[in-house]
Amino acid sequence: MTEQTPLWEVFVRARRGLSHTHVGSLHAPDAELALHNARDLYTRRQEGVSIWVVPAAAITATSPDEKDAFFDPAADKVYRHPTFYEVPDGVAHL
Amino acid sequence: MNGPFDFTLGLGDDALIAAQRLAEWTTRAPEMEEDIALANIALDQLGAARLLLSYAGELEAAGRDEDALAYLRDDREFRNALLVELPNGDFAVTVAKLFFLAAYQVPLYTALAGCADERLAAIGAKARKESAYHLDHGALWVKRLGDGTEESHRRMQSAVDEVWPYTHELFGADPAAPVDPSTLRPAFDETVGAVLAEATLTRPEGAWAPAGGRDGVHTEHLSYLLAEMQVLHRAHPGARW
Repeated sequence: MTEQTPLWEVFVRARRGLSHTHVGSLHAPDAELALHNARDLYTRRQEGVSIWVVPAAAITATSPDEKDAFFDPAADKVYRHPTFYEVPDGVAHL
Repeated sequence: MNGPFDFTLGLGDDALIAAQRLAEWTTRAPEMEEDIALANIALDQLGAARLLLSYAGELEAAGRDEDALAYLRDDREFRNALLVELPNGDFAVTVAKLFFLAAYQVPLYTALAGCADERLAAIGAKARKESAYHLDHGALWVKRLGDGTEESHRRMQSAVDEVWPYTHELFGADPAAPVDPSTLRPAFDETVGAVLAEATLTRPEGAWAPAGGRDGVHTEHLSYLLAEMQVLHRAHPGARW
């Protein structure tokens, strides 16, 4: 195999109740083998109870060039944080 | 074979020699991911070998521990089936050996988990989950290579043809053993038949069935394997990390 097989991104759920977390990537010819490889590479030491593999090509990501347009406008909108409200006494679970 | 000692020794040697052969792929597999997968499977086999050989040493009650059995016996004293000592060949031959061995070990360890001998039952219960993964991995590659390109199909079929005769020895009848290997044949045939069919491969028909491993009569390949495996222990007895 001189040609590299497709790249897959691997997500592992550590415990029931937690969400899947990105742990890394690997090469595999198809999804089933990608799961096998992920099991061997990323859950050798009981790191997980569930694995997702996603073709890296299927992920649409923000680009570093767009960082300003995407994220900076949120910087001066402090009113989006719920800090302007008085929390009445006696509200236990807000 | 005779009683649980010979039986346990045979299974332990199968696992040990399979582990040593698979470990030869480390740093040489087609891809880094497969490299780690094969090394993982080798380590599973080594783990089972340690349990089985330790227990065999206790059954023998001659003061030999797992290391004495693994490192201080000569080829004629090994009881592994010939299948596991065959050279790795190309990747297809390795896959064929891995697949056939796992298709035998899964029903073997499953039956062992329910046998009357408590120690063997515990070993079987632990090892069968590992073997189920080995079978899954082997079957997956048999299907991909068999039903892949023209070249991968040709190589996978030729590997199956080459290794197939050595599978018969695994099922030699031994009614006195905790699990009679001949009772495992139907499960093996069912697993193998389904996977080969899906892989568009043909099951060989020939009647040639080389054997002798369980009696200590091996191919020359085992001697070279043992030389490499045992050299350190024999040169430095009792060496530790």
